[in-house]
Amino acid sequence: MVKLRIGYPEDPDYGERLAEFEARIARGEKIEPGDWMPAEYRRQLIRMISQHAHSEWVGMLPEGAWIPRAPSLRRKLILLAKVQDEAGHGQYLYHAAETLGITREEMVAALLSGKAKYSNIFNYPTLTWADVGIIGWLVDGMAIKNQTMLAQCSYGPYSRAMVRICAEETFHHKQGKEAVLLYAKGSRKQRQMVQDALNRWWWPTLMMAGPHDTDSPHTPLLLRWGIKTKTNDQVRQEFLNEHVPELLEAGLRIPDPHLRYDEKTGNWIHGPIPWDEFWKVINGEGPMNRQRLLARRRAHEEGRWVREALEAYAQRQLAQAAD
Amino acid sequence: MLDPYLKEALVARLTAWADDEVVLAQRLSEWVGHAPILEEDIAIANLAQDELGHAKVWLELRQELDGSDPDHLVFFRDPLEYQNAVLVELPKGDWAFTMVRQYLFDAYENLWLKEAAQSAYPPLAEAAGRILKEEKFHLRHSSLWLERLGQGTEESHRRAQEALDTLFPYVRQLFQLLPTDEALVEAGILPDLRALEAPYLEEVEARLERVGLRPPQGGYVPKSRQEHTEYLWSLLAEMQSVARWDPEAKAW
Ligand SMILES: [Fe+2]
Ligand SMILES: [Fe+2]
Ligand SMILES: [Fe+2]
Repeated sequence: MVKLRIGYPEDPDYGERLAEFEARIARGEKIEPGDWMPAEYRRQLIRMISQHAHSEWVGMLPEGAWIPRAPSLRRKLILLAKVQDEAGHGQYLYHAAETLGITREEMVAALLSGKAKYSNIFNYPTLTWADVGIIGWLVDGMAIKNQTMLAQCSYGPYSRAMVRICAEETFHHKQGKEAVLLYAKGSRKQRQMVQDALNRWWWPTLMMAGPHDTDSPHTPLLLRWGIKTKTNDQVRQEFLNEHVPELLEAGLRIPDPHLRYDEKTGNWIHGPIPWDEFWKVINGEGPMNRQRLLARRRAHEEGRWVREALEAYAQRQLAQAAD
Repeated sequence: MLDPYLKEALVARLTAWADDEVVLAQRLSEWVGHAPILEEDIAIANLAQDELGHAKVWLELRQELDGSDPDHLVFFRDPLEYQNAVLVELPKGDWAFTMVRQYLFDAYENLWLKEAAQSAYPPLAEAAGRILKEEKFHLRHSSLWLERLGQGTEESHRRAQEALDTLFPYVRQLFQLLPTDEALVEAGILPDLRALEAPYLEEVEARLERVGLRPPQGGYVPKSRQEHTEYLWSLLAEMQSVARWDPEAKAW
């Protein structure tokens, strides 16, 4: 792959090009793959989109584990379809990242080596069936807030991928909510199970939106270039304002003793977030980091002979077509 | 309207088909998230959904006949009550095992569904015609994999041949009649599965040969759908674990 050597501040036309580029973004135009862009814009997008793709792919594991145990035909079909969608999201996102000049192989290698990050939320285990409902409602709920924001992204392929993905996530969100509401009004064991799932997933879900704006050094640049259109705290706030009343309405307890409603702003204000844990997990010390990576590596290793066979078969077909 | 004996016979037949699909879907779903390429994660999740959807169709037809609840049949029947063929319950193995099994099963389904679409029992004919449309895609997908594996590398060929050696004898079980099937065949409701075995073998052996694979001679053939392997218990134990965990739960 030829690496693009354009868009660096030391280039003679950088200043002029940058002004033009920023003017396009200010006008709300989308930047497309062949367009001039600052190298840093490209780098940030590759980082974000590939992380996002990895999250979809790794994210199949915690929920996928429950496909074989789903308790009804309908739930099993729904979960299969959901996890299939997540794989599809991974696929569009890898394609979107490829438009920036990186290959899927390079991205996969970065994931398997442990160099690339993916959403922290998937480093937690799914302990019971209720986790599937809570993930659908809350984790996908937070993902939707983030992705709706990213659908406005200045980079065309990412923005378009987000539009498509959001439509599917909205479905997952509805199905997750429906299951949680059912279990919250269900048998004693179902009610316990769903409350326990909420207790475990609440803080990791809030942390999905990322560190507070004051601790998020990339944010100003990402906002200026329209890669993001809202800050982490704004996204988190939107999530809270939608979900807190609905969870309370369902009769569930939210495990935050400081949570309160602010009459003046109409916002739900959360208590202190356990950021120590967040940084630990993101740096590899979460409950499932090692297991997730091992699962991805195992599938990669065990699939190697299959990919080789695919390649050999394709070569043979090409050779035959040439004859 | 079906007379009581035919009704009972059809209930048994529909259950056997549903059990095949449920158990196969369970094995397929074990791959989701672990396939050799992301595109195949998508394909296999889709395949598992289709097969499970077929089970649902058969159980809903059964429900029309005897009022039984499909979920109850799937999640609360014991291993000895399951009527699936051994072919579908064997552990998923490697990708070659999974794809060779899928090919053998899809080829079988395509064949009998085509006949069942002419059934004298209209709901069955209609359902078979609908399912056949999906099964044509399955067969295309699994035939292509058979070809890629057979004509890929030495290793893929070896693995596909090994899978075939294990799996092939079991396909013969698929063409056996249940004790009550005879009456259904006579009434024109069920195709005579025994008569489909020869065309099946002809078609499948021709394709195997084309991709450089050899069907093995001999091997153990289960004598009825009462026969299972020791793998079924744990497959069902996992599948039914949540549903059976809370006897007080009214809905999932
Ligand atoms: Fe997704
Ligand atoms: Fe099927
Ligand atoms: Fe099939």
